[in-house]
Amino acid sequence: MDIESPAKLIELLDRHAYLADEGLATAAFLALRMGRPLFLEGEAGVGKTELAKTLAALLKAPLIRLQCYEGLDAAQALYDWDFARQLLHLKAAEAAGVTDVGRLEGEIYDRRFLIARPLLKAIETQPSVLLVDEIDRADDEFEAFLLEVLSDFTISIPELGTVKATTPPVVVVTSNRTREVHDALKRRCLYHWLEHPSFDREVAILLRRLPACTETLAVQVARAAERLRQADLVKPPGVAETLDWTEALLTLGAKELDPALAAATLGAALKYREDVSNVLGNGLLPHG
Amino acid sequence: MDELVATMTAFARTLRAAGVAADHERTQNLLRVLDHLDVADSGDVYWAGRLTLCATPDDLPRYDRCFAAYFGGERAGVARTSTTSVTRHLAAETRGEADGGDEKTAAPATASRAEVLRHRDVATLTEAERAEVHRMLAMLRCGRERRRSRRFEGAHRGVLDPRRTIRDALRKGDVARLRHKRHTTRPRAVVLFVDVSGSMAPYAESLLRFAHALVRSEPRATEVYSVGTRLTPVTAELRHRDPGTALNEVSKAIPDWSGGTRLGEELKEYLSRYSARGAIAVIASDGWERGDPALLGAQMARLARQAHRVIWVNPHKGYEGYQPLTGGMRAALPYVDDLVAGHSLAAYERLSERLAHA
Repeated sequence: MDIESPAKLIELLDRHAYLADEGLATAAFLALRMGRPLFLEGEAGVGKTELAKTLAALLKAPLIRLQCYEGLDAAQALYDWDFARQLLHLKAAEAAGVTDVGRLEGEIYDRRFLIARPLLKAIETQPSVLLVDEIDRADDEFEAFLLEVLSDFTISIPELGTVKATTPPVVVVTSNRTREVHDALKRRCLYHWLEHPSFDREVAILLRRLPACTETLAVQVARAAERLRQADLVKPPGVAETLDWTEALLTLGAKELDPALAAATLGAALKYREDVSNVLGNGLLPHG
Repeated sequence: MDELVATMTAFARTLRAAGVAADHERTQNLLRVLDHLDVADSGDVYWAGRLTLCATPDDLPRYDRCFAAYFGGERAGVARTSTTSVTRHLAAETRGEADGGDEKTAAPATASRAEVLRHRDVATLTEAERAEVHRMLAMLRCGRERRRSRRFEGAHRGVLDPRRTIRDALRKGDVARLRHKRHTTRPRAVVLFVDVSGSMAPYAESLLRFAHALVRSEPRATEVYSVGTRLTPVTAELRHRDPGTALNEVSKAIPDWSGGTRLGEELKEYLSRYSARGAIAVIASDGWERGDPALLGAQMARLARQAHRVIWVNPHKGYEGYQPLTGGMRAALPYVDDLVAGHSLAAYERLSERLAHA
């Protein structure tokens, strides 16, 4: 797909109900155009993962997701051998009286016994969107390894040879910034810090994503969200939460955000008990 | 085009001067990116630079300032509001409450002399008592938490090692036995900062002796810096087997004994040159910061993001009713995982215990 400018990408993303601003659109445009990974940082719920999903939908490419966690290693990220099937094959060969070790070896390290994990899958699938989600949760050893893969989109499998992507996948790396990610990895990528959306944009997003939502309700929810983000909360609501919240309100048939309804549905926006009691106790919700 | 290269390189230089890590490689990235954008459009240039030259949210306000200054302010409106406000330096007003504490540790009548000494504040000891405590410190054995490394080694138990099992099977023509493997481990690194400023004088020597014990037990996984008015690495000096010699070397290496404390600046220097990634960071200080507490807070936040755990050792914490009121302490506290005492041998033993099971 030929996307000639960031403005064009804004339009295409909009068609998939993702409202991007100029910065994010420029970042994504360059990532697509130059085949460079996009490193998205920002608080949880600002739409980092959603962008990857939307890009995949827009490019009609499969989204391949690698969720990071501490202790994630190469076998879980790249590939693994299907050990059980390899052994079965050996047993069968043995029963059939095959003793040629060279031949057995060739058979066992065949592509059909290889299990592709997300990184290998992304390199083999073209086109594809690879989402490396929450890299800040993986340990630093994994970063070094990821850097290697993202540098030349090549994976070498000792028993099989090298797999190289003819066109590199679109890569989105996200981080919630619970720790500093190594500079070398960021340097490979385009770096974008995603903010909570502005008031106007948030209203637009609510209206765009939830057609049943009235303008009045969207404005009220966005205003409330803005106030909640300024309050000293453990986890301020992101766009994902305001969407959930509005959906909850709509489900209850709300046309406007009154204090009783707001209090009843607050759990959709806030995910910590302290935050809920803080907000209710300090009268941070709209009054009448 | 040459003019563009010159302009952008100079812009990157301006950013570097402002503290953004816009190195050569990042500048090259910027030039590559500009090939795909409209260089006459200041919006495109703004984003091209921001996406390639910045690497942390802290960079963004600096970037915006430099961009405005350099390209004439068209984009000044984009500047993020900085959240750091200038905090008043509180140290002078809040000092003094922790000192007056009486020695309350009531020793049971049957306890040995050593047991009593273990709990005494090292600042209140006589020369002879102090020497004895130091001897006990030298004998302190410091274990260390081991973290799993990515490497595997063969083992009798553990997860199956398919690679070796299959290789074995091929060699012997039969799946004779299953091979296993498990992760090897390595000690978790500790980075210790010892405050040697004036207010810490009664404790600095004991803390450095404790540092010596740490270095001696895990020489390759321990780093020690003295802090005060400047950051001095003293790990090499502490590697001497004999604690007396080691301490002597350390005292020669440290130029700023008994000065003030500029912990914020020193941590900043540490973080820009080294890394505490995955390590346990230990700061031994009373938190009487002379510098800007807001700076200290920001550096502590960086440190906390890098380090596995941040432990603050405060000698005054050993006293009942201690409140972390000094400006430095208050700025640092949100980023500290454990605030522990550091005034007696028993406190050092507990700290060592904590490092072994962090």
